[in-house]
Amino acid sequence: MKMIIIGGSAGSFNVILSILKELDADISMPIVIVLHRLKKAKAILEDCLQTQSHYIVKEVEDKEFAKAGYIYTAPSDYHVLLNENLSFSLDTSEEVNYSRPSIDVSFESFSCVLKENCCGILLSGANQDGAIGLKMIAENGGETIVQDGDEAEFATMPRAAIELYKKHTVYKLKDIVKKMNNYAK
Amino acid sequence: MIEFDELEEIVFIIKKQYGYDFEGYSRASFLRRINRYMELSGLATTVHLKNELINNPENFNAFINEIVVNVSEFFRDPDFFKSLIANVFTYLASYPKINVWSAGCSYGEETYSLAILFKEMDLLQKSRIYATDISTNALDKSKKGIYSNKDFKEYSNNYFSCGGKESLNQYFVSDGQKSIINSEFKKDILFSRHNLVTDGVFKECQLVLCRNVLIYFDEELQNKVLKLFYDSLPVHGFLALGNKETLRFSEVQDKFKIIDSREKIYQKIK
Ligand SMILES: C[S@@+](CC[C@H](N)C(=O)[O-])C[C@H]1O[C@@H](n2cnc3c(N)ncnc32)[C@H](O)[C@@H]1O
Repeated sequence: MKMIIIGGSAGSFNVILSILKELDADISMPIVIVLHRLKKAKAILEDCLQTQSHYIVKEVEDKEFAKAGYIYTAPSDYHVLLNENLSFSLDTSEEVNYSRPSIDVSFESFSCVLKENCCGILLSGANQDGAIGLKMIAENGGETIVQDGDEAEFATMPRAAIELYKKHTVYKLKDIVKKMNNYAK
Repeated sequence: MIEFDELEEIVFIIKKQYGYDFEGYSRASFLRRINRYMELSGLATTVHLKNELINNPENFNAFINEIVVNVSEFFRDPDFFKSLIANVFTYLASYPKINVWSAGCSYGEETYSLAILFKEMDLLQKSRIYATDISTNALDKSKKGIYSNKDFKEYSNNYFSCGGKESLNQYFVSDGQKSIINSEFKKDILFSRHNLVTDGVFKECQLVLCRNVLIYFDEELQNKVLKLFYDSLPVHGFLALGNKETLRFSEVQDKFKIIDSREKIYQKIK
């Protein structure tokens, strides 16, 4: 199975909303979203995303199997990992890049399992999370896309990824969606 | 870096040489912890790791301490403690003597949090709290009860959100850098080593608290450990799990009543 995994931080929320709105109706793989969010924030994120999507949006549950047709979000205060049998594992270990969930942690874990069968997308953000993990996805043969720093509300995160690994594909929002729709077929 | 297909052999070596069984641990987090350990101790390849495990038993304790995740905080998830006070404390108050099992107690943050709330609700003097963990390092730290001051502001906020009545500082002696829990709490808490994978029931307890431990286990091991908790509880005893842990997939599910589905508090009914 292939998967798409999206990492986002400050300035990513609206981008993700637009992506969900534009996604084709026949995406045949799970999509996982790791978005930095406030620790105490209640689960309204899923509700907001759900209004824009015909897929089922749900928070990742521990040991749940990843299924096509679902959009999964990382719960606040837990890292999301992937097991070889394609079930998720939640983890409360140390923050990485001051973040839990951390995008690096998920990118690395998913890449270990999925190798070339995953597409990592890194969006706007004001820190450096995701750069190391996205490089690993690329080196394992997966597809990697970084939001164009000129378009991103906060360019630090996308730029850090490019800095670390020049060969990521840089796209604006509309091309990210196009790419996802193609990838998922 | 080590890959998934090399884990089996590592699990085997650890079991054979040291008697610790990590077979049922969630593979994704186990892999991540091993990679982290290798990085921290400068072991470049799986061969180095195997060599270390086989030939340097004196480092095995350090290995275990890195492999398990000891991250915790005081009054983690205030809504959970609030619910515990509202739904469980009054019930416990009706017992002449209360035994509590705090399993996977890490550095003691959660156990002491409970003890503080017990004290404020006048339950502590008739309670015995058994706090256990697989990690001897964690138990040593728990027994000392010394914590860095850097997170105390958050702990104090958490404490008040739980409905704490006093001020958190009064339960600690602080020197500006670190704080030590008052010794009055230590006499009612017994810290000891217990491995949830291999050890059995040791005491009947009216409340079993095991939060953020089951997520590190696969479904089969979760099931086994939940059965152990079931066996440790009397009828009407309470089980409290972490926010992302549930009885839903377990054999013992229908032997419990849900007290709070959000905060994962259950009561044994048969
Ligand atoms: C993330 S901490 C949870 C601490 C605390 N309960 C909380 O929720 O904040 C997980 C703890 O489980 C312990 N643990 C892991 N495997 C265990 C086992 N097989 N038996 C007992 N404790 C174990 C670890 O040593 C660690 O202290």
